[in-house]
Amino acid sequence: MGNYKTEILICGGSGCKASQTVLTAKLLREVLEENNLSSEVQVVMTGCFGFCEKGPIVKIMPDNTFYVKVKPEDARELIEEHIIKGKKVNRLLYVDPKTKEIISDSKHMGFYKKQNRIALRNCGVIDPENIDEAIARNAYTALGKVLNEMTPEVAIDVMKKSGMRGRGGGGFPTGMKWDITSKSPAGQKYVVCNADEGDPGAFMDRSILEGDPHSVLEAMAICGYCIGADTGLIYIRAEYPLAIERLKIAIKQAREKGLLGNDILGKGFSFDVELKYGAGAFVCGEETALISSMEGLRGEPTFKPPFPSVEGYLGKPTNVNNVETFASIPEIFNKGAEWFASIGNEKSKGTKVFALAGKINNVGLIEVPMGTTLREVIYEIGGGIKDGKKFKAVQTGGPSGGCLTSKDLDTPIDYDNLIAAGSMMGSGGMIVLDEDDCMVSIAKFYLEFTVEESCGKCSPCRIGNKRLHEILEKICKGNGTLEDLEQLRNLSKVIKDTSLCGLGQTSPNPILSTLDNFYDEYLEHVHDKKCRAGVCKSLMKYVIEPDTCIGCTACVRVCPVDAISGEKKMSHLINQATCIKCGACYDKCKFNAILIK
Amino acid sequence: MATTEIVLKEKQVQQIKDICKQFNNESGELINVLHKTQSLFGYLPSEVQVVIAQELNMSLAKVFGVVTFYSYFTMTPRGEHPIDVCMGTACYVRGAEKVLEEFKRQLKIEVGETTLDGKFSINSLRCVGACGLAPVVIVGDKTYGAVTSADVKNILKEYENK
Ligand SMILES: Cc1cc2nc3c(=O)[nH]c(=O)nc-3n(C[C@H](O)[C@H](O)[C@H](O)COP(=O)(O)O)c2cc1C
Ligand code: SF4
Ligand code: SF4
Ligand code: FES
Repeated sequence: MGNYKTEILICGGSGCKASQTVLTAKLLREVLEENNLSSEVQVVMTGCFGFCEKGPIVKIMPDNTFYVKVKPEDARELIEEHIIKGKKVNRLLYVDPKTKEIISDSKHMGFYKKQNRIALRNCGVIDPENIDEAIARNAYTALGKVLNEMTPEVAIDVMKKSGMRGRGGGGFPTGMKWDITSKSPAGQKYVVCNADEGDPGAFMDRSILEGDPHSVLEAMAICGYCIGADTGLIYIRAEYPLAIERLKIAIKQAREKGLLGNDILGKGFSFDVELKYGAGAFVCGEETALISSMEGLRGEPTFKPPFPSVEGYLGKPTNVNNVETFASIPEIFNKGAEWFASIGNEKSKGTKVFALAGKINNVGLIEVPMGTTLREVIYEIGGGIKDGKKFKAVQTGGPSGGCLTSKDLDTPIDYDNLIAAGSMMGSGGMIVLDEDDCMVSIAKFYLEFTVEESCGKCSPCRIGNKRLHEILEKICKGNGTLEDLEQLRNLSKVIKDTSLCGLGQTSPNPILSTLDNFYDEYLEHVHDKKCRAGVCKSLMKYVIEPDTCIGCTACVRVCPVDAISGEKKMSHLINQATCIKCGACYDKCKFNAILIK
Repeated sequence: MATTEIVLKEKQVQQIKDICKQFNNESGELINVLHKTQSLFGYLPSEVQVVIAQELNMSLAKVFGVVTFYSYFTMTPRGEHPIDVCMGTACYVRGAEKVLEEFKRQLKIEVGETTLDGKFSINSLRCVGACGLAPVVIVGDKTYGAVTSADVKNILKEYENK
């Protein structure tokens, strides 16, 4: 906190920035200035606090007061009441939805209680654009320790003993990967950080880079020392402008402090980091495609072996790790391999970050010890299902993963148990679904994604996924047959067995797992021409229940095609021939008079 | 949409050449060159690709292959008010598809297209990192959260006279 008595932390992550936190911060500073408090109170824009559902978050230190949903117009009151009069602004404090009690310290909130933030340790704590704040929280001490006290072999041994496995989805032991790359013949080698984050419902890596870029730079340098590389490359999506900006600032500041560049800390080890930009292709998250893309080519995967550790970027040995993997590493050296290995369960050590979203009360970014159950995540951290609806499934692993149902809620979250249950860890997307979600449509959503993203190099993936998608469309339109369901299974198996890269090898998973867990829903679509969730447009219609409709005309006003008729205070009627099933009236009706049939 | 032919001005050709030079005219830097050029012109019409191919000493087919491979690169100019609808999983399960449909219907264009008057274009994105606000729509640099299909008309209205 430096010379300041009080610090006001305000979330500057992408999500909260969308809710005008830059303006809020500006107003806070202005009111402080007006009251001559600028030398005592500092306003700091941090990375994501994780509790996105309640964002924008403002936290006041040192008393740890946690304000939620703070808007620009609240700035004056926060300063005048909290800072000047020392009185908490109750209306902006968090209210526990169950006990209705006000909780002002985040430690006691259900959302944070079960979390253990290692990779996210500095997110929402430091100003990511100021290296001094990172250093005050131990950034680069691990690098110092490794350079001063360890040979590369010893440091790799620490990584092996920690039990760290890759957080990008594959779960390959990180120490072993470093060992292999270090043993490739000496010469030019590269450290690559995979920041492509392709899962379409996830934002873990982006939040880490936006909130604590130094943790990644530090770990890349440690990796460089271990494998004998002097160059690090971060492959980042061009769609992440804020993360790019913060990385650029962090790299510049680290160079100025001699923490990157030539002869780091006077130990004769040189290492520098450059950015490489992706351009919106999911397959480029796959490491061989990523390397092609960094070379300026189309991002098409190549056959493995040779693995990148042996022959990677420009044909040289290349160690590829994920953002979250890197972000956890400095703590392993700071606190010891035994400490890290004591967290988690037998085969999966440490913690995992998830982007929890969908039909859940507390959408946000969470980090839990491996082995935490899905039930704990959904009901304790996530606060249960939105609007009191019924839980239906939770999707993990994105387009490569699957859906787990209520029977799996007590499954411990780790690499092996999630696979055994029919899904996978993936990179950390976790989407909760409720009774209003149609499982056939969910499978179709993912397949649409893979069809778009298949690189086209091999035919099972390029053509097969397209056929799968067509069959799903046919089923959703009500034209499916039992043979189609059979065909889905057979074709899925062929695609998995014969595709070249991980994309094709896993793309049918969303279909297979929904067929396994929700076969009855597929059957309903095929047999009864019914979509019980009311999602498939061809299989449903909106109707107005005459007894419940009070004739308020709200629906008439929102209908974009004038399909609703009726006198004021009389029950209304939807003309099915003109209705385009946009759902606007359904969302609008306060009396639940519009039903899905 | 038919692509109209354009003739590059001499100054524009020079600008592209300068970008290529910044990257030492290396073919391995193609993606960086394309990023820079697109941020200058807003899109990458084939006339621009011809110049890049010459400068980096590679075939036009290679350049075209890369431009069309990556969804971030576009060969059509975006509208004055580009509309991005998030179709990430979290937004999808909270109804983003209906919102996207309504934008398409109101503007009478498909995803990736621009209205004839050049005012609006529609694109779909994958997770903009604001899942707590799902479904999310971004117009220019303004973000709209919890959008429903009924909101579409009003959002468009904000820009009609701008
Ligand atoms: C289709 C596909 C997409 C992938 N996308 C990503 C990604 O976005 N981010 C990532 O870190 N790894 C991704 N991976 C995994 C990488 O290939 C690679 O295993 C990983 O970056 C290694 O780092 P780790 O061991 O630290 O996890 C993807 C793999 C496949 C097959
Ligand atoms: S499996 Fe799909 S993405 Fe992978 S190489 Fe084949 S076509 Fe490309
Ligand atoms: S669903 Fe949409 S089009 Fe149909 S009646 Fe309701 S508002 Fe009108
Ligand atoms: S899925 Fe739309 S913001 Fe994340």
